[in-house]
Amino acid sequence: MLLLMLPAWVMLVGLFLVPLVLFFVRTFSDFDGTSAEFLEQARDLLFSQAYLTALATTNWISLIVTVTVLLIGYPIACYLTTATGIGSRLVVLSIVLPYFTSIIVRTFSWMVLLGEHGLINNTLIAAGIIPAPLPLMYNRLGVLIGMSYVLLPYMVLTLYAAMRAIDLSLLRAASSLGASGFYTFWRVYFPLSLPGVLSGALIVYILSIGFFITPALMGGQHDIMIAMLIDRALEVAVDWPSAALMSLTLLVVTMALYALYYRLTDIRRLIGAR
Amino acid sequence: MCVALMAPIVIVVILAFSGDGYLRFPPTSLSLQWFARFLGNVQWQRALLSSLLIGVVACVVSTTVGFFAAYAFLRCEFRGKKLLLSLMIMPVIVPSIITAIAMYYLAGKLGLIGNFVWLGLCHAVIALPVVLLILLSALHAVDPNLERAALGLGGSRVRVFCRIVLPIAMPGVMSAALFAFLASFDELLISLFLAGVRAQTLPVRIWNSLNLQVEPTIAAVSAFLIAMTALILAAEAILRQRQTQRRRQTAI
Repeated sequence: MLLLMLPAWVMLVGLFLVPLVLFFVRTFSDFDGTSAEFLEQARDLLFSQAYLTALATTNWISLIVTVTVLLIGYPIACYLTTATGIGSRLVVLSIVLPYFTSIIVRTFSWMVLLGEHGLINNTLIAAGIIPAPLPLMYNRLGVLIGMSYVLLPYMVLTLYAAMRAIDLSLLRAASSLGASGFYTFWRVYFPLSLPGVLSGALIVYILSIGFFITPALMGGQHDIMIAMLIDRALEVAVDWPSAALMSLTLLVVTMALYALYYRLTDIRRLIGAR
Repeated sequence: MCVALMAPIVIVVILAFSGDGYLRFPPTSLSLQWFARFLGNVQWQRALLSSLLIGVVACVVSTTVGFFAAYAFLRCEFRGKKLLLSLMIMPVIVPSIITAIAMYYLAGKLGLIGNFVWLGLCHAVIALPVVLLILLSALHAVDPNLERAALGLGGSRVRVFCRIVLPIAMPGVMSAALFAFLASFDELLISLFLAGVRAQTLPVRIWNSLNLQVEPTIAAVSAFLIAMTALILAAEAILRQRQTQRRRQTAI
């Protein structure tokens, strides 16, 4: 019976694990020079201004995106657990349709909205609120908006799965004992939703630090994230060792966070625990 | 809030029908000129064809492979199930730029860059986690007692599998297949590295044009992709509704 799993494993190992291992091992073993030279080059790269800046940028962007998405996603998920009828269906649609739409399409649609002559700027200028177009894109703001939009569904689905498990009679018990609405939320509901908040934040953070498409299209020259640096090392400089080294650091951090996520969450929540 | 989430998508769809010469919202007139440009252009046609072909390969392979894996996963008792599952989910966790580069490295060594089937297989790996999660929950609904009964009545393993398990799990298999297709159809980074010149998919062509200039044809292509997504989601919703209806009927 266990043999039925074999094709899946062959595929995962052959097309995923082997390429990854081969990419790292071969790139490092192909390095011309002694290991001392290699270590020196590695140190130069990992302590270079470009890398450290990208590291700081990546973490900063990921952090803000995680918080933004949490603040927007929490009320939506909360609403979904209690709502029924046409309203809740519309909300579900507005989460699910973007979730399954290509990232590049979603990024493009924000580019249309935020561009110099985009919808938002044109509307504001036409209304006489601003004299000249605001810089909404090709900077940090654009990246934050685009990435938050792409990652919001992950947060909502994770939170929703966690919140659905909360026993609502506890809330009624709290209010019947005289707790105010806010007090009930803050001392009963919120603590119970905390595991969901944590795993949602983790998954969004994990996906953020490896993000490439949206920051590459909507960012400016000060918004270089690690994934873009890796891509540049390869596309511009054809520098495989540097690309491999940066990939390895990113991979290690991702795996460490995923291990944490694994301890906290039932993985099935990733698709909203059906 | 909902409006803000839907707005970008709705606006792109409206822009796709614009009659203007450049992207302007709201459009002053409506026309199908950008769709005509999209579907009339040989390069876009070829990209559409590549996308469909690769999507079908990815969909068939990952659904088949995933189905057997999910079935074995549920029917076998062994330790470390959660760990095993979390390893199988890895392709969606590892940053796609790293996966893409690693796959590019291997495909380069094997001379398989620009190969449709190979790209389809690589997409199948990315789609596998989604397929697995959907099929695990679908197969969860298949009562093992039904299988035991059929086996006890003298059905062979294969026969029981084909006549009992597969029909009951069918709606789940269909939605897994739909989502697998979608995952491949929307995938960008791996295609970007592995497509070469020959196997460029729609997202790759959108990416290439976006890096040059934002032109309205992209709005038409985007609208097309959004429509595909919406259609597939609708099909999946109908499937699920039928499934619950059938369950209700059998319960009566």
